[in-house]
Amino acid sequence: MNHWIIAPIILPALLAPLIGFVMRHDMPLARSFSLAGSVALVALAAGLVSLAAGGETMVYRLGDWPAPYGIVLVLDRLSALMILLTSLLGLIVLVHAVATGWDARGRHFHALFQFQLMGIVGAFLTGDVFNLFVFFEILLIASYGLMIHGGGRDRMRAGLQYVVINLVGSTLFLFALGVLYASTGSLNIADLALRVAEIPIEEAALVRLAAMLLMIVFAIKAAIFPIHFWLPGAYGNAPAPVAALFAIMTKVGAYAIIRIHTTIFGPETAATDGLAGTWLFAGAIVTIAIGAFGVLGARRLMPLIAFTVVGSMGTLMLGVAAFSPEATTATLYYLVHSTLAAAALFLAADLVLTRRENGALTAQPVTVQHGLFAALFFGAAIGVAGMPPLSGFLGKLLLLDALRAPGQIGWAWSAILLGSLFTIVGLARAGSILFWKSTAVEPPEPVEGEAAAPAARALEVAPTMAALAMLAGLAVFAGPLANYLDGAAAQLFDRAGYAGAVLGLEAGE
Amino acid sequence: MEFLVASSIGALTAGGVYLILRLRAFPVILGLALLTYGVNIFLFASGRLAINLPPVLSKYADTAYTDPLPQALVLTAIVISFGMTAVLVMVALGAYLNSRSDRIDMDDEPLDRDDEPGSEEAPK
Repeated sequence: MNHWIIAPIILPALLAPLIGFVMRHDMPLARSFSLAGSVALVALAAGLVSLAAGGETMVYRLGDWPAPYGIVLVLDRLSALMILLTSLLGLIVLVHAVATGWDARGRHFHALFQFQLMGIVGAFLTGDVFNLFVFFEILLIASYGLMIHGGGRDRMRAGLQYVVINLVGSTLFLFALGVLYASTGSLNIADLALRVAEIPIEEAALVRLAAMLLMIVFAIKAAIFPIHFWLPGAYGNAPAPVAALFAIMTKVGAYAIIRIHTTIFGPETAATDGLAGTWLFAGAIVTIAIGAFGVLGARRLMPLIAFTVVGSMGTLMLGVAAFSPEATTATLYYLVHSTLAAAALFLAADLVLTRRENGALTAQPVTVQHGLFAALFFGAAIGVAGMPPLSGFLGKLLLLDALRAPGQIGWAWSAILLGSLFTIVGLARAGSILFWKSTAVEPPEPVEGEAAAPAARALEVAPTMAALAMLAGLAVFAGPLANYLDGAAAQLFDRAGYAGAVLGLEAGE
Repeated sequence: MEFLVASSIGALTAGGVYLILRLRAFPVILGLALLTYGVNIFLFASGRLAINLPPVLSKYADTAYTDPLPQALVLTAIVISFGMTAVLVMVALGAYLNSRSDRIDMDDEPLDRDDEPGSEEAPK
């Protein structure tokens, strides 16, 4: 048993209360501990990826209780990749929040941030469905605090909606777990996979109900139609760095669907009979449409970016709904890309919006460093829209290539291609209003005693640049990454291997 | 007893769903509280209903026992839902004090306000 597996959960779990209780009045100390913790988390995550790259499914038994009686953490290629993505995104967002002073606009930003990272990492690592619920609650309760960080009328009201929709989701999660436990008698993912596979289709009504309830719960997190409606309001009103961090939160939902509905209710399971894929496919198509029209219709920049997130989740879910190893490889590539791209766009937007009068998409006097911000926005928009040379292009190409089945190709290809076109048009419109039409507006007379918005320091721009550089890196190193993801997808679909490793059916430690 | 438990879960859930669909924050909070009560009883019942049985195995006597796992799950669920309800009340209170309205839906976004997110000062 390798104790490093639990380290990425322990580190933020220890750091968060330390920052929250001991350093709450000392901002520089809290900042340095939070930053140091995030750097250490990146290092830990990189170590776990190299550990998992060998292809072995590693199990950490909490308290050394054997599964399925105890709770286990499971490290495989997929979870290691997700943890690395989370830690990198966390570090980028944290540097941005510190450099721009967002973290000082409310209280306990750093403590909540670390708790948020702990919940996300835990959700990726756990091998137990109830434990997944607990980590969901940890990441949610931290996200409630981060969502309303800084306060303000609209943000509080959007935060209230966000809390309510997620509490309803949590209740549904508990109902689903109750049904699942009553019909199978286990909550361990590996054990469930074996037990559900043995249920004949005539007795599977309850299991099917549990599978669909879980799907609804994860679809709320992943913002899939018809339960996507909370996302534009929440992301559009959250502080921009928090919205950038939330780019990984929708992916937690996507990850949960990939993990649960492949391992437990996989396509070859008689009891559920490909139920998940059918519904997910239809939902994903509508989600892409909503994202595309939302991007065209948005009147403020933040909701516009939020709608691009909705659209990218729809694209992602098309790949998930296929439930095949090839499509999963493409999905995971697009998942990594869309997380970083959305974060880059939110951060670039934050740099611009804090220097403008308001967030509306109207021509306003140009800000300082007009060209730099325009270039950053342009780069991030290219990433989000999925155009070459950044990685979104490759991600969409891989997805299109994977979705070739006769029933899929018409719907999937037209949805992805038309959705991309609308997104490009919407982003081009936003960019030209923000950066071209604004040059025609006369700058206002400088008012005495009122300083103009300061220029962005190098440290404020660096996180956005880093995110864009990572997108470029994803495109350049697409080959090695795709090899790793191929391995991750193969490991994910090797259900017998997963169950064997977790339940200790093979010889081993 | 099955009928009693099932109908109480049903009544709590139906009441909760009805209240969640109200427009103001207070009924929604009550509705969520009812829903969590309903789901707690539901979880409890997922380990089969049994009366007067201990949730532990006895190695001295061959007595019947009831499933202890749902009880542990319910305990976790109660703690979490209690905490979440407290957070919800605080957020709702914050939203009410900020906007002088406890409506749960958002108005159409006015475009030319100056208290736009991103440009505002920290609250006092």
